[in-house]
Amino acid sequence: MKRLSLLLLSGLAVAAVAACGGGPKPEPPGPVTANTDSIAEAQRLEAERQAREAAAAKEREEAERRRQQQIADSLAALGKSTEAVRALLGTMIHFDYDKAIIRGGDASVLDQKVAILQANPGLRIRISGHCDERGSDEYNLALGNRRATAAKQYVVSHGIDAGRIETVSYGEERPLASGHDEEAWAQNRRDEFEILSGGENLKQP
Amino acid sequence: MTGAWRSGGLAVGVSAALLTAGPPDRLTAQDTSAIDRGVRVGIIYRPGVRPGMVLLPVHAPALDSVRAIMTRDLDYSDRFELITLPGGDSIRVTAAAPGARPPAAGGTGRGTGGGGAAAATTLNYPLYQALGADFAVAVLPASGDSTIVTVHDVAAGGVRRELRVHLPALKDPAFRLAVHQLADRVLEAALGAGGTAATRVLFVMEGKVYAIDQDGADQKLVSSSDHQAMSPAWARDGRRFAYMEFWEGHGRLFVQEVASGKRAPVATTGQALDFTPAFSPDGKTLAFSRATEEGTDLYTVNFKDGCCLQRLTVGRFYDNLSPTYSPDGQRIAFVSTRAGLPQIYAMAADGTDQQLFAPFDYGATGSSNAPEWSPDGQTVAFHRDVGGTLQVFVLDVRTRAVRQLTSVGRNEDPTWAPDSRHMAFVSDRSGYRQLWIIDVETGRIRPLLQKSGARLPAWSPRLPETASSTP
Repeated sequence: MKRLSLLLLSGLAVAAVAACGGGPKPEPPGPVTANTDSIAEAQRLEAERQAREAAAAKEREEAERRRQQQIADSLAALGKSTEAVRALLGTMIHFDYDKAIIRGGDASVLDQKVAILQANPGLRIRISGHCDERGSDEYNLALGNRRATAAKQYVVSHGIDAGRIETVSYGEERPLASGHDEEAWAQNRRDEFEILSGGENLKQP
Repeated sequence: MTGAWRSGGLAVGVSAALLTAGPPDRLTAQDTSAIDRGVRVGIIYRPGVRPGMVLLPVHAPALDSVRAIMTRDLDYSDRFELITLPGGDSIRVTAAAPGARPPAAGGTGRGTGGGGAAAATTLNYPLYQALGADFAVAVLPASGDSTIVTVHDVAAGGVRRELRVHLPALKDPAFRLAVHQLADRVLEAALGAGGTAATRVLFVMEGKVYAIDQDGADQKLVSSSDHQAMSPAWARDGRRFAYMEFWEGHGRLFVQEVASGKRAPVATTGQALDFTPAFSPDGKTLAFSRATEEGTDLYTVNFKDGCCLQRLTVGRFYDNLSPTYSPDGQRIAFVSTRAGLPQIYAMAADGTDQQLFAPFDYGATGSSNAPEWSPDGQTVAFHRDVGGTLQVFVLDVRTRAVRQLTSVGRNEDPTWAPDSRHMAFVSDRSGYRQLWIIDVETGRIRPLLQKSGARLPAWSPRLPETASSTP
């Protein structure tokens, strides 16, 4: 429809030019001058046409460049999104001494993971439970197991397929902080989250 | 046997009786550490009430280290008062110079071929008796590259026993174990009791399993992979041991032969977190803990055939872990969180008849973990949280009385020696966590390994001679 009206318009313009060309010469002064005038007119028209074409080509080029830039931008944005999602997914949760109960503040951290898992159906993760050095070495393997399982149960109870989450326990064998005070212990009583598969391109929830 | 020794034994008996007669809620600590802090109650380590023993000087250079190792072993047995001869080893107080010439008075040589050994049988017994010795031990070279060890009963004025052995060369890896076994035979000859000299302790350090002789010598790496290892445990025959390794977050159990160093993964393990292996006394079954999303439960498996996996506990809302067999193989003590905090329970070896084993006050008693049944079957050692730190306790299997054994620093993961009176454990009493040995009878404590980070010890049974090459 638009193209049709453009064609009509350009047809009208051609008709108008022809009418103009015909109008101002009721009594031509001489064929030479008339010839000179029409040649100049043709040249002027040709130059205008070329200028228009150049401008159009330039515009097309510009559009193509913009399009390429957009693709690059969106790819970068996607990469940035994967990084951001990964960071969110990797956020640890922490526990009280000898406890495997999800703290109130950590529920929102787990909610983010639920959203990420929902937005990325191909994603599989592993949760590892860890303990501080104060308890018994071997008991801490069981305690770390309960901590990992607690986070998994939370995520599964919010609609994520249990098969997408693996749990392991390292007890107190892999501390994050090496100190022997409450600050270090608090950091070490944690669940870690790592991607098992499907983490190449992650969508923001 | 001297009168002094007999009365000494009586004194110990009386104080032990007083202790058990005391109020049950008063814990009697027996920790007589070299680092003296505060007051402790319990049996006091009293030199002089044990039989005196003297190891006669040797003059064959090759036997110097034999005598040195045996002296240390017999000292560490905590059953003798080791007597140093006046003026050290330089003074000869024998009536007849051993090996120098045949005894003038005929001697009491008992059918040995070595003239030197015969010479050693005549001692100036009254002199040794005056020094407080009940036993005198002579180590002498004999014909045919062998060594003769003579145990003299000083009070009776005669030879108690003569042991002829063929010791490996000093540089032979089997040398130390052979000498340790000799020391155990001397102890057996003198007292009729089994020693602990020919034993090793497995432990974990920086994620690897090591073995060390009970006298602190000869530390060796025995685990062979880069996987983080935990929880070594001996088989009763001393020919193999088990331990756990982390594999991709799962716990996999391995059984390793002592003599060959070869190991094999236990089939049916490694798909979950399997840990704390324990051999049944008959050596056929491995009990272990398995952590799954249902919690941690106890299982048994026939590790040789990799079959017959059996689940012993079903704790959907609590954990069951750290099994240890009674020496008759009938029962298993273990840790359970069924009452909230981990405590010590026991059951039949097939999982039936589960009951509380070490009594505790609900809400007051701290977590109890790491049980190990003593080889004589009479006690179970474990550690318990006392005021935020861990202490070693002993449960009397018959009376169910619980006794605190340590009080200095943090003390954990006790493991029994085959004599059921010595125990290795982890303690930070010196400032960092290292391995110590306590004699439960006397309270005497010595460091086994002065290296930081050594933990999870497992004391071997008396080792067979074929176990000498490795670890």
